[in-house]
Amino acid sequence: MSSMLQGRWWSWGFRSAVMIYFMVLIVLPILGIYGQSLSAGWSAFIDNITEPLAWKAVFLTVKLAIIAAVINILVGTMSAWVLIRYRFPGRRLLNSLVDLPFALPTAVAGLMILLLLGPQSFVGEWADKFGFAILFHEPAIVIAMIFVTFPFVIRAVQPLLEEMDSSEEEAAYTLGATKARTFLRVIMPGMLPGIASGAMLAFSRALAEFGAVVLVAGNIPGKTLIASVYIFGEIESDNAAGATAVSVLLLTFSFIILWLVNYVQMRRKGV
Amino acid sequence: MHVEVRGLNKKFGNFQAVQDVNFSIDKGQLIGLLGPSGGGKTSILRMLAGLESVDEGHIYFHGKRVNDLPPQERGIGFVFQNYALFKHMMVTENIAFGLEVKKWPKAKIRERVAELVELTGLTGFEKRYPHQLSGGQRQRVAFARALAPEPQLLLLDEPFAAIDAKIRQELRSWLRDMIDRLGITSIFVTHDQDEAIEVADEIMIINQGRLEQKGTPWDIYKNPETPFVAGFIGESTIIEDIGSLRGFETARIWPDTKALIRPEYVEIGQAREFTALSATELGRVGHLHFRGSEWLVEVEVAGSRLVTYRSLEKEVLHPGDFVHVLVHRAYLFNDNDSWIMENNLKEDPMPVHI
Ligand SMILES: Nc1ncnc2c1ncn2[C@@H]1O[C@H](COP(=O)(O)OP(=O)(O)O)[C@@H](O)[C@H]1O
Ligand SMILES: [Mg+2]
Repeated sequence: MSSMLQGRWWSWGFRSAVMIYFMVLIVLPILGIYGQSLSAGWSAFIDNITEPLAWKAVFLTVKLAIIAAVINILVGTMSAWVLIRYRFPGRRLLNSLVDLPFALPTAVAGLMILLLLGPQSFVGEWADKFGFAILFHEPAIVIAMIFVTFPFVIRAVQPLLEEMDSSEEEAAYTLGATKARTFLRVIMPGMLPGIASGAMLAFSRALAEFGAVVLVAGNIPGKTLIASVYIFGEIESDNAAGATAVSVLLLTFSFIILWLVNYVQMRRKGV
Repeated sequence: MHVEVRGLNKKFGNFQAVQDVNFSIDKGQLIGLLGPSGGGKTSILRMLAGLESVDEGHIYFHGKRVNDLPPQERGIGFVFQNYALFKHMMVTENIAFGLEVKKWPKAKIRERVAELVELTGLTGFEKRYPHQLSGGQRQRVAFARALAPEPQLLLLDEPFAAIDAKIRQELRSWLRDMIDRLGITSIFVTHDQDEAIEVADEIMIINQGRLEQKGTPWDIYKNPETPFVAGFIGESTIIEDIGSLRGFETARIWPDTKALIRPEYVEIGQAREFTALSATELGRVGHLHFRGSEWLVEVEVAGSRLVTYRSLEKEVLHPGDFVHVLVHRAYLFNDNDSWIMENNLKEDPMPVHI
């Protein structure tokens, strides 16, 4: 009896601790931002949002994050496929390197890209010769975004590929299906939930990236200034309301994506 | 489809999984591949299907060598041990898959799928996904999917292994009926001898990569060609010194020869229950095991322990009782040869009733 009571106390204690932790660390700050953004009233909020530099920054960020996510879908899916299906020397090393972008400070990532693409570098010179600019232009931002979000799709697709039963493929072959058809009709649907949730997480993370991007973007307002850098600038110039308005937009985006990821995963469990 | 296999060999690394297997199967037959786990049954089936490469040997379908044909072009249906249904497709989509591949017209596909749903008793489950079905239902979907494109040869790898004993029984006779009705050549793998004996026209016993014997279940039971087959089919006891048993004294002329005796070969009872009493000797009852429909009796005779059955209708025996024991026959084998020896004191009793 007493041990049961004890068990209950423990369980209650744990649950409350986790709840409080969540509240203090996540829920309260978020509510704070929503509150702050509306503290000066709706019209001030609308003004801040419709400020051209603000919505251009948000628009640019969303656009580039989508491009980064699409490239992640293609390259990430292929990488996951190669890492699971092929056996070659160095596979394990490559596989552990996938997580590097998560472990690396994003500023270091930005610096790496800066050095790699800079005008003195081979790539920089080469791009220069063909007359298109990478560094301090949109391509550099996309590259930075891809770099920091690289692991998401790979890590979401890998377990699905691993637990995929090779006899399903073989069954398709015995039924006369070609390799291509088997890939599209049998393997692809199995990878799709992973691709979708990985891509959405990558998108959401790309929206939020600051450290890597700020070093390589050039940050020209209205041209290469992305949302997170805009927020930083607004805070620096003491316009907290402008910063919170853009923050609220980004936050709302993130929530929608989180919800979508959850939805996809729930459906996957259902099927 | 007529299937012929010549000198089939398969190695995985250094491990010889299939060794010099030869057989041929007539059109319309249902063949059971029976043997212990790891014996190479699945490997043989997969080579027939083209899912595994052949190291050495030839496979002929209809007299045509198919070694180099990919699985897509062999005209076979394969039912996998774990069913391997397409998880994200409904029952009807699973069944229709092979037909869509073959580019059947839509209307014909619908018709064929409906026919198979009906045939496999899946009516009402058409719109379900594999995870919403029971094991037996999944098995039938796998069967319907394999049958849909009208294959010439159906290969089934332990089709009932993952199904409850009771439903297994039903599915077995269902499969037998279905294959009889369709007249399709079929090979199924099992490690359950009851299943093989009950369902198959012919059994192939596979052990350690070799085909030990091929024949009808009765043939194999009556005339096992190797000690392994004799020991594998039915229950049996190995006797080291068969010459010590009454009626088998002459077996002493073969040195290094052992005997295998099945419970059915042994009869026990009181003196009055025997007509050829001279062929019996006294034994002592050991353990008795109730087997539901009969007793399994262990009996000690001339230093050997034999096992036999006894009807529940007969007088109940007790451990320690002395009984007469008649050994009708024994399966003798040594390293080179094996044969059946009858009890030579036993005259065929020809009782004349008035
Ligand atoms: N792909 C494989 N790689 C290595 N060894 C294998 C492979 N497939 C089967 N084997 C080995 O070959 C032997 C026969 O296997 P299998 O044909 O599956 O036997 P069965 O179906 O009779 O149980 C087993 O010892 C198994 O470990
Ligand atoms: Mg097997």
